[in-house]
Amino acid sequence: MKFDAQDFELVAKYRLTPTIYDFRLKNEELAAITVPGQFVHVLVPGKTLRRPISVCDVNGDKIRIVFEVRGEGTEILAESKVGDSINMIAPLGKGFDIPEDKNIVLIGGGIGVPPMLYSAHAAIDKGCRCTVINGFRDRHAVILSRDFTDLGAELIETTDDGSYGVKGFVTTALEKVIESADLICACGPTPMLKNVSAMAALHNVQCFVSLEQRMACGVGACLGCAVGIKKDNGSVVYKHVCKNGPVFSAEEVAW
Amino acid sequence: MADLSVNIAGVEFSNPIIAASGTIGFGREYSEMYPLSVFGGISCKGTTLAERPGNPPPRIAETPMGMLNAVGLQNPGVEHFINEELPWLRQQNTVVIANVAGSTEEDYCKIVEILSDSDVDMIELNISCPNVKKGGAQFGTSPESVEKITSAVRSHCKKPLIIKLSPNVADIAECARAAESAGADSVSLINTLTGMRIDINTRRPIIKNVTGGMSGPAVFPVAVRMVYQVKKAVKIPVIGLGGISTWKDAVEMMIAGADAIQIGTVLFTDPYAPIKITEGLHGWLDSHDIASVRELTATVEV
Repeated sequence: MKFDAQDFELVAKYRLTPTIYDFRLKNEELAAITVPGQFVHVLVPGKTLRRPISVCDVNGDKIRIVFEVRGEGTEILAESKVGDSINMIAPLGKGFDIPEDKNIVLIGGGIGVPPMLYSAHAAIDKGCRCTVINGFRDRHAVILSRDFTDLGAELIETTDDGSYGVKGFVTTALEKVIESADLICACGPTPMLKNVSAMAALHNVQCFVSLEQRMACGVGACLGCAVGIKKDNGSVVYKHVCKNGPVFSAEEVAW
Repeated sequence: MADLSVNIAGVEFSNPIIAASGTIGFGREYSEMYPLSVFGGISCKGTTLAERPGNPPPRIAETPMGMLNAVGLQNPGVEHFINEELPWLRQQNTVVIANVAGSTEEDYCKIVEILSDSDVDMIELNISCPNVKKGGAQFGTSPESVEKITSAVRSHCKKPLIIKLSPNVADIAECARAAESAGADSVSLINTLTGMRIDINTRRPIIKNVTGGMSGPAVFPVAVRMVYQVKKAVKIPVIGLGGISTWKDAVEMMIAGADAIQIGTVLFTDPYAPIKITEGLHGWLDSHDIASVRELTATVEV
């Protein structure tokens, strides 16, 4: 089995900011096969479409998700109580391929930060030197700082307005560490991913990005969540975030 | 236990639940979760003569109790379907229905000819796709156009032929009659209703294609009404679809006039829906001492 729709028990719930929630969901069978960069497709009571949410971390029999309330669906989800049963299709998609013993730079932007935690977790377990650059709008949006430093990752935080950490974008910080990087993995808003990809290409560093798109089935059947991918001959084909991604090689994305 | 088997145009289905075209691809992904034999049949992703890239994203928008899609018939083409998907699908112990789409009458005839020499059990003609610029819906918009495309395809088709009808018409019963008189073996309805959503902040349509096909529980009452009207108009078997989500919906659709049903959007909400609907049908039929699900068809008392 690669994935399944099963019930998870919400065993712990925290509020990280006024709009960002942290859920710990128990299901031994599916947690055991989840890798960094994959996502879960969460059933929201009363909604036709599930919500795709990236996996923040896996600890034993628990999957951790950190999500932002952005609309009706996530609002309903945020009201879940500890002890509730939440149905998720998991684990889905192709994640980050974390190598051994490399200098790896992980970049998260805003609500793109959570999936980089499991990536950092895996990278450090595999003996990588791990630099994490997390960018936020302002100091109120900063999340997961302790989680990254507890793992032993070198953490650089940026804010657009300079109210916390380094003033500027993640690329400001990336420029200073890119020379020693073997690999960059990033998740965040499209303009950020585009800039990170361009900088990686300029310095000839391999780069993988995690993309988002409006999604229906989540498993690769309905072909809803299309993303333009460049073929070798320069033409563009539509691949799908849920099955071919969410992680793509930055150089193949038709931005 | 009640008998769930149905017979549509000479083809035997183990149960009346068919996966609707476009929602399950060629079945491989859902087979990760359960055997495809839980479906009486599978109507495969709409297939065209040549590969089609599909529409630019976004292709999906949520709506109250439903969704819009404008995938635009992205598919690998009929040869790929026959060579790469069909042999595997054939081994899944379910009825295989090829769903055919085209931009011209010649396209439709050519694909149907190719599929007639393949291992598929039935052919469903999609003359009602609202999401492609050329072809698709234009063939399904009037009784005259339905009759024309059906009779053209009929002469090339050696398999039982299902015509999938569009709800975006003035009188769907007339379209069903036209299909029947041109030689269709069955009709399926309804395809999606054309809809639109706009992001109020950007004032842009959510779907890049501007409009999309609406499906899900919100369209169910429309589908029930149309299946009821069509069943009264034709003698050929009617396959009812449109927003069926529960076993109760399945029972209701059959009472309205369906000989079999298709489920689509509910698979996105709950992939296990076909198993739950089957269990629910068994429970309800047994508790009402009904020996066969076929006894439900067109029993609405008006």
